Amino acid sequence: MSYWSFERFFEAWPYILKGLHITVGVTISAFLFALVFGLVWTFLRRIPERHINWIVTWVMEFIRSTPPLVQLFFIYYAWPEIPVVGVTLSPFVSAVVGFGIHFSTYIGEIYRSGIESVENGQWEASTALNFSLLDKWRLIILPQAFPPTIPMLGNYFIIMFKEVPIASTIGLTGILHMANSFGSEHFNLIEALTIVGIIFLVLSYPSARLIKKLEVKLNTRFDKNQVIDPIE
Amino acid sequence: MTKPIVEYKDVHKSFGDVEVLKGIDLDIFPAEKIAVIGPSGSGKTTIIRMLMTLEEPTDGDIIVDGKNLWKMEKNGKMVEADEKHLREIRGDIGMVFQHFNLFPHMTILENCMTAPIHVKGENKKEVKQRSIDMLERVGLGDKINNYPSQLSGGQKQRVAMARALVMRPKIMLFDEVTSALDPELVGEVLEVIRDIAKNDDMAMVLVTHEMDFALDVADKVLFLDDGVIAEQGSASDVIEHSENPRVQEFLSRFRG
Ligand SMILES: Nc1ncnc2c1ncn2[C@@H]1O[C@H](COP(=O)(O)OP(=O)(O)OP(=O)(O)O)[C@@H](O)[C@H]1O
Ligand SMILES: [Mg+2]
Repeated sequence: MSYWSFERFFEAWPYILKGLHITVGVTISAFLFALVFGLVWTFLRRIPERHINWIVTWVMEFIRSTPPLVQLFFIYYAWPEIPVVGVTLSPFVSAVVGFGIHFSTYIGEIYRSGIESVENGQWEASTALNFSLLDKWRLIILPQAFPPTIPMLGNYFIIMFKEVPIASTIGLTGILHMANSFGSEHFNLIEALTIVGIIFLVLSYPSARLIKKLEVKLNTRFDKNQVIDPIE
Repeated sequence: MTKPIVEYKDVHKSFGDVEVLKGIDLDIFPAEKIAVIGPSGSGKTTIIRMLMTLEEPTDGDIIVDGKNLWKMEKNGKMVEADEKHLREIRGDIGMVFQHFNLFPHMTILENCMTAPIHVKGENKKEVKQRSIDMLERVGLGDKINNYPSQLSGGQKQRVAMARALVMRPKIMLFDEVTSALDPELVGEVLEVIRDIAKNDDMAMVLVTHEMDFALDVADKVLFLDDGVIAEQGSASDVIEHSENPRVQEFLSRFRG
């Protein structure tokens, strides 16, 4: 038996691509979830109360320090066993919630550094012009805080995309799962896994380039705003 | 006898344990132009920041147009003012900052238009015309669609003035508005303030190190020293004829 067969390689493509919409769908949904939930963390952390602040900080730290795989297992296997609040979620929903919550803690930090990169003078000028608190955020602070975070958010989108295959362990029928089942049917994984690699390369690389471009463009407009990546 | 538009009554301010204003009493009358001078750290900025509600006094009262700025009545008791109370009064006051603080994501026309539209709910067309007129007045009629980053420091400061003026405040505060500028740009900014001071009937409080300018535009000069108003009077009384040795020592630094 040869290690590599082009016949199998071409046969595997349509089979594996059937999982693509699941992988991409989970990535996009989980990212949207994280964008919204990240905002929740950001505002929770701004509550000027020491105890709340402490709790929120440690919950975030806990979520960030636990592997996403463990969190997926918890949501998919353990959560339904908890009385009263436990519900059974499909692999798709579990993955969206799991990745969404995990990455929301990073995204909350990105928002925070974006907000902190806006100079205090901007707050003072908007007070001097008598803006309401809501208008200060809406018209002055967030429009300046958000653009410099876009490249970093993009990076997390790609990082998350590359993490999504681990959800095949809870039965998510994405491309890795499809590759696995194709491989075991044909007693050979090499072509199927190569295809998975190619798909990730083809999708990630242009996205990364796009983000780089965006970053250069934004840096020329917002030259003095610096946002700190929570991972660095 | 007209009533003052602003009254400071025994106002104190501490940062932590350090008392930086030690009992300020001051009346500001409508249309009056006041220059505040004094050594660094004497509390000049703090005085006007309390009126702009950027800093809360530790003690004493600031009355604006008959209303207590930092205190309000609630169930028959005087309590600390909330944001709603501050907003009702703050509309009378405008401020120009040392470092301009323009909104970098808006054109200079938008910088001028945003507050009248969103804060006062004024008609957009009217505000636009008024903003353009104001930007022309400060000599920037040809720059209305530029972003702040495309302007010189002097131009930025003139935009900041136009932005404050379109809100039609009754009192305008200026905190060393030329001290962050290259020397050759100071003149154009002072020229605009002089024009406003001579032609508009707002009250103005100018913290400044430009003594000739203070002599020219100010009705009254305050000399602040170590948290108290150590001397006040007409510009010529304080700047040219003061007997106070502290004032003389301070002024000697400006006479090279
Ligand atoms: N937010 C603050 N926290 C602590 N101390 C402060 C704060 N703001 C001002 N101070 C102190 O209060 C004192 C008065 O400051 P202020 O800025 O009013 O002085 P100033 O007369 O404007 O000085 P300058 O001419 O240097 O601008 C200074 O000693 C300053 O260090
Ligand atoms: Mg000062």
